[in-house]
Amino acid sequence: MLDIRLYMAQRITALLMAPLVLGHLAVMIYAVQGGVSTEEILGRTQGSVAWFLFYGTFVMAAAIHGAIGVRTVLHEWGDVKGVALTVATLAIGLGLFLLGARAVWAVTFA
Amino acid sequence: MSLDVIQVAIQRGSSKASYQETFEVPAYDSQTVLDVVSWVQQNTDPTLSYRFACRVGMCGSCAMMVNGVPRWTCRTHISKVLLDNKVEIAPLRNLPVIKDLVVDMDPFFDKWVEAEGVHHGALTRHDPIAPIDETATKRVEANAGIECINCSVCYSACDTVAGNEDYLGPAALQRAWTLLNDAKDEGRTVILDAVSGKGGCHNCHSMSSCTTYCPNELDPMSAIAGLKRETAKRFFARGS
Repeated sequence: MLDIRLYMAQRITALLMAPLVLGHLAVMIYAVQGGVSTEEILGRTQGSVAWFLFYGTFVMAAAIHGAIGVRTVLHEWGDVKGVALTVATLAIGLGLFLLGARAVWAVTFA
Repeated sequence: MSLDVIQVAIQRGSSKASYQETFEVPAYDSQTVLDVVSWVQQNTDPTLSYRFACRVGMCGSCAMMVNGVPRWTCRTHISKVLLDNKVEIAPLRNLPVIKDLVVDMDPFFDKWVEAEGVHHGALTRHDPIAPIDETATKRVEANAGIECINCSVCYSACDTVAGNEDYLGPAALQRAWTLLNDAKDEGRTVILDAVSGKGGCHNCHSMSSCTTYCPNELDPMSAIAGLKRETAKRFFARGS
C-alpha cells in the first residue's frame, strides 16, 4: 500500500513543510498582532515572486503529503484498495492542490 | 463455585462461525494457560483443537489470545492473567482460524519468504568458513533479532497487519533486518527490494505493539526502523 516512493514523497514533503508551517504561523501572528489590513496584506503579496514561491511550495507539499496520509487511512480503516485507492489518492491530491493553488494565485498574480 | 475452580471461556469454531464456550477447570500451583487448555481437552471436551509442542517457550507453536492479548501460553502462568477468577482464550488475531484455537500460519510464513527472510549464500562447501566478529556493529544488530521463535505473537499484536493484508509484518521484517546485517548473507539488494514494495517496512506506523508483546523481549520495531533507514539511504543514493 505504501511503497518506498510514496513513503519518501510523504517524508520529503513533511521536511519541506516544517519550516513553511513555522513561517506561516509567524506571518499569521504578525498580521493579527500588527493589525495589518486586507489591503495592506494584498499590497505586499500581489506581484511578489517570493510569496508565490513560499505558499506555492507549501500548497504543493501539503497536497502530496495529505493525499498519501488519507490514502493510508482509507486503506487501513476503510478497506479501499486497488484502482479505487489510486483514484481516491489522486483525487484528494489534485483537489487539495487546486483549492490551495487558487488561493495562492488570487493573492499573488491574479 | 469454589476459588480453586477457574472459569475458562474458550472461542470455538472457525473463521466462518465462532462461538464462546465456558469450562470449569481445577486450579493448580504453577499452572500455565496451556495447562488449562490441555486440561479441558483431556478431561472435558476431547474435540477441542489447539496447537503446542515443546512446552518450554522454544518452538513458538502455542501462542493464543489470552484476555485479548497475544501470549505464549506455555510460559504464561494462569494466575497472572485471571480477572475475577475468569480468563478468555481465543485463537491468534490476524490469521485465519482453522478450528477452535488453531490458526492457519501460512500467511505468516509466506510473508517471511516474501520479505526475503531466507539465506542468500555465495560460498560453497569447498570455501573456508568466514570468520565472524561477534563485536562488529552489524553483528550486534543481527544478534539482537535472531532469537525469534516464529510464534506470531508480534504479527497478531500488530494493528497495521490488521488493517493492511499486504503488510509483511514485524517478524518477517525483523528477519530481513538480521539477514541484511549478517556478514554471511549476500542478499542485500533483493532484501532491500523486497522490503520496499507495497507491503514493505514503510507501512509500519511504529506503534510498537510488536516490541511490547514479543515474549522473547525482541525489538522488531527498531529492526523495521533500521530497514526504513537503509532503504531511504539507497533511495537518495540511486533515486528509487
